[in-house]
Amino acid sequence: MKDVILELDSVSKSFDGKKVLNHLNLEIGRNEFITLLGPSGCGKSTTLRIIGGFEKPDEGRVLFEGKDITGLSPDKRNVNTVFQKYSLFPHMDVAENIAFGLKLKKKSSQYIRDKIRYALKLVNMDGYETRKPDSLSGGQQQRVAIARAIVNEPEILLLDEPLGALDLKLRHGMQRELIKIKKEVGITFVYVTHDQEEALTMSDRIVVMNKGIIQQMGTSKSIYDEPQNAFVADFIGDSNIIDGIMEKDCLVWIQGVRIPCVDTGFAKDEPVDVVIRPEDLVIVKEDEGYLKGTVVSIIFKGAVYEIKVRVGEYEWIVQSVNPAQVGTVVGMTILPDNIQIMHKPHSEDAEVVREDE
Amino acid sequence: MKKTKTMNRRTLLASPYIVWVIGFTVIPLGVIFKYALTGQEGGFSLENIGAIFDPIHFKAMLFSLEIALGCTLLCILLSYPLVMALKALNMGRQSFVMFIWILPMWMNFILRLLAWQMILSNNGILNFLLTKLGLEALPLANTGAAVMIGVVYDYLPYMVLPIFNAVAEIDEDIIEAAKDLGANGFTVFRRIIFPLSIPGLLSGIVMVFVPSMTSFVISDILGGGKLQLIGNVIEQEFTKSSNWNLGSGLSVSLMIFVLLSMAFTTKNDVEGKGSAIW
Repeated sequence: MKDVILELDSVSKSFDGKKVLNHLNLEIGRNEFITLLGPSGCGKSTTLRIIGGFEKPDEGRVLFEGKDITGLSPDKRNVNTVFQKYSLFPHMDVAENIAFGLKLKKKSSQYIRDKIRYALKLVNMDGYETRKPDSLSGGQQQRVAIARAIVNEPEILLLDEPLGALDLKLRHGMQRELIKIKKEVGITFVYVTHDQEEALTMSDRIVVMNKGIIQQMGTSKSIYDEPQNAFVADFIGDSNIIDGIMEKDCLVWIQGVRIPCVDTGFAKDEPVDVVIRPEDLVIVKEDEGYLKGTVVSIIFKGAVYEIKVRVGEYEWIVQSVNPAQVGTVVGMTILPDNIQIMHKPHSEDAEVVREDE
Repeated sequence: MKKTKTMNRRTLLASPYIVWVIGFTVIPLGVIFKYALTGQEGGFSLENIGAIFDPIHFKAMLFSLEIALGCTLLCILLSYPLVMALKALNMGRQSFVMFIWILPMWMNFILRLLAWQMILSNNGILNFLLTKLGLEALPLANTGAAVMIGVVYDYLPYMVLPIFNAVAEIDEDIIEAAKDLGANGFTVFRRIIFPLSIPGLLSGIVMVFVPSMTSFVISDILGGGKLQLIGNVIEQEFTKSSNWNLGSGLSVSLMIFVLLSMAFTTKNDVEGKGSAIW
């Protein structure tokens, strides 16, 4: 068994009669970088606020190292939060902001001074001690907010879309820095984001959420390569999701064509969702592929071309390093490994899939 | 070229106000200064300005200061608990409570004071209730305490509103961040809410201290004409003694005092928000 630092045990929460979390179970391992990923309103921020103590769950328990902390107020939890809007204290300078938690813990002024210097160095902000928050850029304010949380040496650091307000370039830089900081301080990070790329880059483990339910848990790679339902496949990266029928093990019907795959364990002729990543489709000569269609558009995306190929009623998205001529008829082929077959959900609520590591 | 043109248009827009300010502020002030600087025999003199140090006037000035400082302090002490209670309510209820709170301000000022006179008089409602409860009657009528109650009652909303506005502006995230870093409710108030409400507090102080310092109607009605605030003295110089020179002189002294004390208050307001009403 892994070392579990925090456990959510069947946590439910409603706002104004609307269920935001539905019997959520989640175990967070010590020193893990775990990301809660999902569209807005999926319950990821509420989950974080319950861990931080800002919301009380209607049902269920929050366990910290096995102890029930469900009713504990935020100031009594050994957990600190980095907020999306930075939330620095505007009437205090950078050093006073960072010292806030330490002063409340009655640390010596020497200790506080050392900690401030250490934390500012960690976030690359040395020399900014006497600056006021409103004289700093968004990225700098977020660094200070991270320093302010980290100096308290929390067991868990909660990050609520901390990079959401930054521009793309800054965000990439901060992602790398957060990973570096995580390595340096060695504490558990619980990260909330709706940005799938951010989640894939940074996390040890991703929890994909929708409608207050965990859709899938796993490493970046397993979530990307083996999405367990259409929601996850659609949310993580671009995908072609198409109806298919499982004729027998390792053979699926798509658009009237039999294509070999590697999936087993489906009923004969079961209707399924088929997921194929755009980069896994290979464009070949007209008669050499499984599928045959007309190129309807092509966009240059930097490293690759994004090509749309119409087959019947469906437009396939293909990523290719080679361009194709709009209007030409091409064939498409795919390796059996790269086809992902999923059971169709019985209903929306049944879209609960878990992956045990 | 273009700049002067737009400037002209702006000036044109401002012209009614310029006329207003000249007609109702600058000229009257000039007249008051002229009276204040004119001695008994005509010619220029500082005796009316200096008359503030006359023992009777000085006593009235001190009493005014006492009332104004006490009133300001009481208003501050009464405002914060109310503001914190209001903050905890949701938006709809907040505006309802505020509405109730401001409602008396829409009633005639004199009427409100006459009501207080009825409540506080020796045979009034308060003493009736106290004797009914078997307690001793309080001889509040025509005392400094009655005047204090009157000014606090009248000026409290002017303290509550700016403080409430300042507190309502504080982002909930900042309060949560403080709690997250280990602050309990009182620490959040002391270290976050109070410091961030200071601009509002300073506006409130200006709006309560100045009128309570210069008021005379309240002490007339609730002080029974026996208690002399500096405002009463000035009023009587104009109405009863018809000594406009002395009245203007005392007014100018009072104005200088108020301006000095306000300059002292707003000097500490680095953000400059509190001086918005200036």
